[in-house]
Amino acid sequence: MSYCLNCHQSYMETWSWQAFLGLGIVPLLCQDCEGRLELIKGEICRICGRAFSLFPEQYRQGDCCFDCIRWEEDPTWNGVLQQNRSLYVYNDFLKEVIAKLKYRGDAEIVKAFYPVAKTSFRKISRNGLVIPIPLSEERHYKRGFNQAELLARGFSSQPALLLKRKTHEEKQSKKTREERLVQKENPFQVIDAEKLQGQNVLLVDDVYTTGSTLRYAAKVLLEAGAKQVSSITLAR
Amino acid sequence: MRFVSFSLNNRLTIAPEHLVNNPSLIAVPFSKLPSFSQPPLNPSFHFDKNLQHILHGKSLLFDELPFEVEKIHEHYENGYLMYSPGIHKTKYGYACSRCGNEKSRWFASFSCFRCKSDSCVYCRNCIMMGRVSECTPLLSWTGPEVEWSKANNLLWYGQLSSGQQAASQRFVDGVEGEGELLVWAVCGAGKTEVLFKGIEKALKLGLRVCIATPRTDVVLELAPRLKSVFPETLVASYYGGSDERDLPAQLVISTTHQLYRFKQAFNIMIVDEVDAFPYSYDKTLQHAVTQAVHPKHFTLYLSATPSNRMKRAAKQEVLPCVKISRRFHGHPLPVPKMVWSGEWRKRIAAKKLPAPFVMWVKKQAQSGRRAMIFVSSVSMLDTVTDIIKKHVSVIVDRVHAEDPKRKEKVEQFRQEKIQLLITTTILERGVTVPFLDVAVLGADHDVFSESALVQIAGRAGRSKDDHDGQVLFFHYGKSLSMVRAVKHIKHMNREDVT
Repeated sequence: MSYCLNCHQSYMETWSWQAFLGLGIVPLLCQDCEGRLELIKGEICRICGRAFSLFPEQYRQGDCCFDCIRWEEDPTWNGVLQQNRSLYVYNDFLKEVIAKLKYRGDAEIVKAFYPVAKTSFRKISRNGLVIPIPLSEERHYKRGFNQAELLARGFSSQPALLLKRKTHEEKQSKKTREERLVQKENPFQVIDAEKLQGQNVLLVDDVYTTGSTLRYAAKVLLEAGAKQVSSITLAR
Repeated sequence: MRFVSFSLNNRLTIAPEHLVNNPSLIAVPFSKLPSFSQPPLNPSFHFDKNLQHILHGKSLLFDELPFEVEKIHEHYENGYLMYSPGIHKTKYGYACSRCGNEKSRWFASFSCFRCKSDSCVYCRNCIMMGRVSECTPLLSWTGPEVEWSKANNLLWYGQLSSGQQAASQRFVDGVEGEGELLVWAVCGAGKTEVLFKGIEKALKLGLRVCIATPRTDVVLELAPRLKSVFPETLVASYYGGSDERDLPAQLVISTTHQLYRFKQAFNIMIVDEVDAFPYSYDKTLQHAVTQAVHPKHFTLYLSATPSNRMKRAAKQEVLPCVKISRRFHGHPLPVPKMVWSGEWRKRIAAKKLPAPFVMWVKKQAQSGRRAMIFVSSVSMLDTVTDIIKKHVSVIVDRVHAEDPKRKEKVEQFRQEKIQLLITTTILERGVTVPFLDVAVLGADHDVFSESALVQIAGRAGRSKDDHDGQVLFFHYGKSLSMVRAVKHIKHMNREDVT
């Protein structure tokens, strides 16, 4: 018997030969919580990785969503972020879990996502530097940890902490898309440019909303010498 | 966070690392500090009254106090405040000083940016109130106590029934001393009014009073009532999301969870619905109650359906007990009627309802009276609601514990905008709606315990003008709980009015 990492209820793992031989994914959530997570599947946007099935057909053009086309049309942002892939749909349940992680500070809960990160996303994370999106010094102190860094450990045992956040801005989650886009100064800074030269970089963050955070980070990385930058987030 | 320790006036003292400018001192996590002694109280220090009001009787984290670390530490240096470890090591693992949790699966560790330790252990049981970890001290007040007001008059001219009167008197008599009392009052006996006189007496003696209940709904319902009957008293409600938590309140209405934040605060502790989940279930909540009371205290337990353990203690006279077996309006409790309705599980699985139930629903819809229909699980809620909607044309809705619109729906039901409300056992307590009938579909299911059924039956006939509501248990073979619940109600009805 195990206890669910999220709701703490006891549950029985379903028995299988795969699990017995240690081949399958050992879930850390109970069936109920696991069932409320929606893995992103099916047709997705080539760039941002969101599922086409979840938004109206008219916002789609070929294999891209409207938001990504808007990004790519802008010469400053064209091709900055190679692609993004996300594990789960940002539904009410996941919102709750991420809030518990970030705002209550329950760091342990991130481990619930490690099994999926380790297996299904192995192909993406295998070759390249895994870099978590940093927090500003103040916020990092306040929270006690950086959730993106914890998440990055699910993709790589040695995440490279090569980015730094310069200023302490307002939380992204409290800004609108327009506000996020008008900020002029890039909040990120590269710490050790030498390690970046000619590398493929995989950025890790908790949520992809408009994609501006990831693109700002990607931009400084490319300017500092990275070959190409893609990203992976827990939720989309 | 990290602290440094150094010797000052022959005493080992500590300070948060960024307040001391001495590079030769090594900063360590709070839990790794050598043992240090509390600085003596400096009587000439001008302490912050605001801080005293917020912190007195509590146990809080730095993050919970709206003051700078400098200011807080200044109070420590002058002996007005104490730092104690949030998590401490035990023989077998860890214990959380705030919630008392000792189960190893409720502890986890993380690489902490504050104390730079790779594995800073924290408690996951009370994480909803902010993280208590090895490196975070809990702060409590050691300065002069708050002088509570003695001008606290009760503004209430209602009449107590004879049963209420007797219980009220027992409480009043107990207030000055120490001890316990169980008030075993049937649903609808008017428990709140029983408390008024005793609370008034305690407040007038300058004592601090707390009413704790397992559920937020009850806090929200009680707080305005108590505010209106004690207009001179500062009353605060504590629940997740409350904005009254910084008030220096003499009378506190709190969920049992929020009691984790208190420490030796209350002289009078009233625990409402002691038998209700999660209080009865969760040892750490019971720990919270014992932590929150002053060493000299009086505890009053309220329940309509005390647990067997409590009943036994009352019978053996270990726990003083007073019973109110009549409702405030003097009428007996409606006795549930059992209706055999075949294999309801199969019927529902086939998207149908048992015939006797359908007949009742149709009649109920025609009568224009409101009804609450209880089902055994959330998964059944939608199916049953949809089928009922096909049979009747009145407004039907459903509500469950995690329904984001729970508050609104219950309010709509009160205002007669919903006629039939289908629900799970969450609404078995506290909801008081006049002119109401209740039905339990599948009353033989395990979730319907004796106390749950008694509470459900207790929803009906609450008002003086409609004291004889209908209570129906639709079942496929009587369960022991059903039989016991009916017996319990009949027994209460037979008891002499004391």
